[in-house]
Amino acid sequence: MMSFDFQQNHFQLFGLAQTFALDAGQLDQQFRTLQTQVHPDKSAHLSDAEQRMAMQQSTRVNEAYQALRNPLKRARYLLTLQGVDTQEETNTAMPIDFLMAQMERREAVAEAQQAKDADKLDALQAEMRRETRALEHVLADKIDSEKNYVAAAELVRKLRFMEKLAEEIHSAYDAIDS
Amino acid sequence: MALLQISEPGLSTAPHQHRLAVGIDLGTTNSLVATVRNGISIVLNDENGRAMLPSVTRYAADGGVSVGEAAQAAQSEDPVNTIVSVKRFMGRGLQDIGDISRLPYRFVDADGMLQLRTVAGVKSPVEVSAEILKVMRARAEAALGGELVGAVITVPAYFDDAQRQATKDAAKLAGLSVLRLLNEPTAAAIAYGLDNAAEGVYAVYDLGGGTFDISILRLSRGVFEVLAANGDSALGGDDFDQRIHCWLLEKNDLSALSPQDTRLLLTHARAAKEQLTDHTETRITAVLSSGELIDNELTREEFQEITRNLVQRTLQPMRRALRDAGLEVDEIKGVVMVGGATRMPQVQHAVGEFFGQMPLTNLDPDKVVALGAAIQANLLAGNRGSDDWLLLDVIPLSLGIETMGGLSEKIIPRNSTIPTARAQEFTTFKDGQTAMSVHVVQGERELVSDCRSLAKFELRGIPAMVAGSARIRVTYQVDADGLLNVSAREMSNGIEAAITVKPSYGLSDAEITRMLQDSTQHAQDDMLARALREQQTEAQQLLEAVQQALVQDSDLLNETEKTRILAAMDALSGVLQKTDHHAIKRALEALNFATTEFAQRRMDQSVQRALGGRKLSDLES
Repeated sequence: MMSFDFQQNHFQLFGLAQTFALDAGQLDQQFRTLQTQVHPDKSAHLSDAEQRMAMQQSTRVNEAYQALRNPLKRARYLLTLQGVDTQEETNTAMPIDFLMAQMERREAVAEAQQAKDADKLDALQAEMRRETRALEHVLADKIDSEKNYVAAAELVRKLRFMEKLAEEIHSAYDAIDS
Repeated sequence: MALLQISEPGLSTAPHQHRLAVGIDLGTTNSLVATVRNGISIVLNDENGRAMLPSVTRYAADGGVSVGEAAQAAQSEDPVNTIVSVKRFMGRGLQDIGDISRLPYRFVDADGMLQLRTVAGVKSPVEVSAEILKVMRARAEAALGGELVGAVITVPAYFDDAQRQATKDAAKLAGLSVLRLLNEPTAAAIAYGLDNAAEGVYAVYDLGGGTFDISILRLSRGVFEVLAANGDSALGGDDFDQRIHCWLLEKNDLSALSPQDTRLLLTHARAAKEQLTDHTETRITAVLSSGELIDNELTREEFQEITRNLVQRTLQPMRRALRDAGLEVDEIKGVVMVGGATRMPQVQHAVGEFFGQMPLTNLDPDKVVALGAAIQANLLAGNRGSDDWLLLDVIPLSLGIETMGGLSEKIIPRNSTIPTARAQEFTTFKDGQTAMSVHVVQGERELVSDCRSLAKFELRGIPAMVAGSARIRVTYQVDADGLLNVSAREMSNGIEAAITVKPSYGLSDAEITRMLQDSTQHAQDDMLARALREQQTEAQQLLEAVQQALVQDSDLLNETEKTRILAAMDALSGVLQKTDHHAIKRALEALNFATTEFAQRRMDQSVQRALGGRKLSDLES
């Protein structure tokens, strides 16, 4: 089995540059290449010790992949590597217009759920995705070019709001279904 | 044994380079076993050429166990001791089973998993399933002529931890080494993907006897990735039988029936359901134990009407799986159908309508899971190179921990690629607290009471500190079979304590040991399998020895003698691959008898050669 360095960070593991902007196709491909080498299925016929080692390595690759594939998690991880706390639980200071917009969107989701209006949910979801992508775009600038990690942390907190909104839309769809 | 000494056993028969491995589809209604032979996955049939073994186990008062057709035949006369659809009880408590009054069994509510009281004693669903697996194993070992390296056993993707653990325990009990538990839809995709060399995103719609699964998979460059899995572990083809059964009760103004009559009507209901796949109407005729005649005509239209909401119930998990995968319906390249119940026209129609395309049905929906499992088993046994495909599976349900207020905090979200692990830190709630209770739950709901409880354990020996200063790290590790291990460790002050738990729904090692001991008392099936293997080996050796002798010394025989020997050889070859060891034994003896004189002459000849032309009889006198 190949040598495996558990000390490498997620980006090093996949041989990727340590940036927020990321080639998702390349990440996917590297992930598959690594799993092809370390997945427990490759050692199912070998000793218990080898199987355990395979499980740990494969788990490590999955963990790194999950952390990099999702933009919010990737930003959080990059900031952690820079020693910056995103203060998602403690820092609730947020521009008032952003908060107002969020409240309006949540109310709209609740209303759409009430009215069992799937089309409305589709529209809200599309808007949420647009907004999320816009925030991610700014985030890439702040982290990769400007190296302004304080501003980046605030964007992460905003993205966390968007993620919660996505979860609400998701459960609204479920509620309409059942 | 007239000719055995001529050949050298072990040299003539080529040893198996190939490691024997099988895939087993342990189904609710039927079970199948398949293997890869000469690069092709095939289902192994029984001696009567049947691929499907009814998943039915019957216990007799003398402790004897029958499985399959024989057990199924006794279903109506002895419903209490004839366990059908045991898969529904695997890893399940009594409270998990819907309407138990409709089932003819005597349930025992045991800690963790329910049990069944039979004339042969109380049986766990694990033991009942193990009986089915033993038959599958014997069939495979007889057909392949050797010990199995291991097996891949399939489970519904929606099986939770307890159900998976129970399945693995059953395999262990049946003496099988489990290479991997494989999700059924994934197995189906392997069978299809390899046959068709398909690339793209596929949906697998699996409506089995007792469970419904929907999986979204991406196949690309040799990697199978399960993007999302959803389903309903209490919905299947059996429910369609139940609907017809209820319809019959209603039509005939019947109320509570005896277990025998219930079973009788269910059997007729199933037959009617199957009839309606190819016919637009069918007649159900049965005589109840009271002498009352049931005679009703059921049209396909009416059948579709009374089962409409069952078909509808499969649509919601489909929508959820698509959303979890972040995909739209039109991104699905193909839909694979699995399970006998997908033969029903209304099911195919609903699926076709939902996905906007006709589902794929070119592989037998009853066999496709076993075929895929065999391919994976062959790979895991190490029979293939490293350039093969890889399967990346996910867990279908979130794993969480109980926190303050009876809420579930999700540690590992559903659809995480496995193997996976996650650690989370917790702290103490009171000053001087030295113990902490860890409650492991599975499910999507917020309240712990709405989730499935998997395990509870206590971490003791936490050093007394003020509230909130201890750091307890709880780690969840899910292995490639989707099975969970949880450990907790106190991190502060460098003091560590760790505990590893098995889910409470699984069986303890002591229970497994007891069952293994129990099972040796009924090891009849295993002995039969061994007898068969021995006879097959002996027969093979004899055939080769005679063949060799004929090549060397056929001049010692006249034409009649030669014909007789060849006929006996043909007869033995004919029964060699069958599973009746008595038949092999008879043919073996017949060939031995037919060659006795030949052997005698050959012996004489070699002695004559050695002694310079004198006959053996001359020496004796």
